[in-house]
Amino acid sequence: MKRLLVLALWLLALPAQAALEVFATGPEWAALAKEIGGERVNAWSATHGLQDVHRIEARPSLIARARRADLVIATGAELEVGWLPVVQRESGNAAIQPGKTGYFEAAAYVRMLDVPKAVDRIHGDVHAAGNPHFVTDARVYLKIGEALAARLAALDPANAAAYQAGYRAFAEKWRAALARWETQAKPLQGVPVVVQHDAFVYLEDWLGLKRVATLEPKPGIEPGAAHLQEVLAGLAARPARMVLRPAYQHDAPSRWISERARLPVVTLPLTVGGTAEAKDLYTLFDDTIARLLAALKP
Amino acid sequence: MQRIALLAVASTLAWPAAASDDDLKTLREEIAQMKKVYESRIESLEQRLAAAEPAPQKSQSPQDGARSAGAAASGFNPDVSLILQGQYRRMKEVPERSITGYWQAGGHDHGGEERGFTLDHSELVVSANVNPYFRGLLNVALKDGEAEVEEAYFQTLGLGRGFTLKGGRFLSGIGYINEQHPHAWDFADAPLMMKALFGEHYGQDGLQLKWVAPTDLFMEFGAEIGRGAGFPGTDRNRNSAGASALFAHVGDDVGRSHAWRAGLSWLSTRAKDREGHFEDTDAAGPNEVEGLFSGRSRTMVADFIWKWAPNGNPKERNLKLQAEVFRRTERGDLACASDVATSPCVGGPGLSDLRTVQTGGYAQAVWQFMPQWRVGYRYDWLNAGSKRYDPATVFAALDPANAWFASYRPKRHTLMADWSQDEFSRLRLQFARDRSMQGVTDNQVTLQYIMSLGAHGAHKF
Repeated sequence: MKRLLVLALWLLALPAQAALEVFATGPEWAALAKEIGGERVNAWSATHGLQDVHRIEARPSLIARARRADLVIATGAELEVGWLPVVQRESGNAAIQPGKTGYFEAAAYVRMLDVPKAVDRIHGDVHAAGNPHFVTDARVYLKIGEALAARLAALDPANAAAYQAGYRAFAEKWRAALARWETQAKPLQGVPVVVQHDAFVYLEDWLGLKRVATLEPKPGIEPGAAHLQEVLAGLAARPARMVLRPAYQHDAPSRWISERARLPVVTLPLTVGGTAEAKDLYTLFDDTIARLLAALKP
Repeated sequence: MQRIALLAVASTLAWPAAASDDDLKTLREEIAQMKKVYESRIESLEQRLAAAEPAPQKSQSPQDGARSAGAAASGFNPDVSLILQGQYRRMKEVPERSITGYWQAGGHDHGGEERGFTLDHSELVVSANVNPYFRGLLNVALKDGEAEVEEAYFQTLGLGRGFTLKGGRFLSGIGYINEQHPHAWDFADAPLMMKALFGEHYGQDGLQLKWVAPTDLFMEFGAEIGRGAGFPGTDRNRNSAGASALFAHVGDDVGRSHAWRAGLSWLSTRAKDREGHFEDTDAAGPNEVEGLFSGRSRTMVADFIWKWAPNGNPKERNLKLQAEVFRRTERGDLACASDVATSPCVGGPGLSDLRTVQTGGYAQAVWQFMPQWRVGYRYDWLNAGSKRYDPATVFAALDPANAWFASYRPKRHTLMADWSQDEFSRLRLQFARDRSMQGVTDNQVTLQYIMSLGAHGAHKF
């Protein structure tokens, strides 16, 4: 009897001690939550580094996970619009609905680029809020991390100080890493590149790469042979040094152009797990810059 | 802003009533927290301004700080989407199409029974979050001279603990394909099973309560009560619910590339004088009379879906296997009615007790073998099942040659290929060998388009 009572008490007390359940839409957000929250968060990513986050299905397993989440961390800017709203609604979890403390959108803390003047599908799969691939600029993690720490503190006030301390430790390490990456990436300033999908606008902005052509005629629309020919012709006048391809996309268009224009293809991880080397947030950018630099070498 | 106002109100109200130290402490903490948040926002705004000023030539204008934190789906405007569908269909001319051995589902139909060029229903869908607690959706199907409300419901967002309540008119959660609108189907028409069971799909005017279990394995349980006016039931003008349904779904992933869902559903409803076309035994020549069924109708549906997408990326290649089977039992009375003076059905005589058990299903596979291109095959089957009645009284009034009495197994094979530029446009070619009517082999060719304009809501699994 006594044992039963103890067990019952322990079960009752369990939710109070349990770590915050974090449902991240991408591995980078799970990693950031871990950096800030450490053992206090149980972060799980709905996607992995080789998945196209535009095109995810609202699978039963995602709904089951969202059901128990205390916090959803999303990129926002409509990147997950094709599946996350369904997962949120179907989960029956009131805490993670848009507008609630349990729903965090990173895009709200980023200066968005490529904000379209007109939203018309004639321009392809455009996002009204701007280009959602801002995670390729390492600088954005500071602001987002700070806001995330505040959000974790709001959800788990008992550990508020720990989250703030977690963020400060992260920010210090991250600033040092930023300085290192920016020094390493000096040779990339002004280097002309071709991109397969407009997924690197923020990376270009950060490292000073110059995009001279995009293989997709419109965002999200597969390039046809005629368009590729056009790009190839354009490259004769404005030569590029490399072709950038997100690791989750298939390589046919970039291979095609690379063979004809004799350009190296650089497959970049957009997030943690995008390449074998990108194991966490730090190695993600170590690897990104290493791959870009390697392509510069003759 | 709202929180500040709330806090202000709360504090004025709470002050005289001797706020405890704890309350004060939490208030102070909250205020400090808010201060911090606002300070950081102002700081970020200043930085954005600073970042924007030296680079005015950049095409990208820095956003103003007042960006909504909503899921980007709505803002203040509701999501509006319009779906345009039409087809060209080549098939045999059969005066009154019905599935042999099955009661004609007088319900709801999206066309597809006409030959040549036809315009299917155009779907207009408007949805938005009403407030943080409710979401609303309207789906209207437009066709010449009619606008049919397919769905019009509210759904709770704030019940929590895995519960969601839906109220209004909605497609029932039974089975799998029942909740899908025609534009989301993988074939140009509904499975034979759905046509036989509900006319096309089963809608409820009522309430649905759903609960998702807090487990790693996806488990969802739902219960519905509704008016029950749709086939196989009839509108019976009563205060209590006319139909009820229960369903359960489980699902999970297998590795990175596979996902599945399985379900079991049960629908119970009643019919009063449900009409079907029959011919009588009038010696002066057969008349078209109404066969009338009154009684209870119960349907069980089992469904299973397996999806494969290499590494979880359906964009390149994917395979979807889908199957549903049903068992329907009906128990009640058969009667007939006619206005023709010489018909044995004049006066609407009761003919016999009736008990039927019918089963069937469909299985389909749709394979996207390269981006934008898919092919699919579907097999439909229905069993004659068993029908128990008193032949002496029934055949005294109704001609035994009526298709409903036939012991026949309707079948259909369907092949389709479709091309989608993106998720907003789809063109489809479909061939079907339809043997749903005894003695008729109908080879059908369908060419179909589906275009979605505007915000296109995400589809369920």
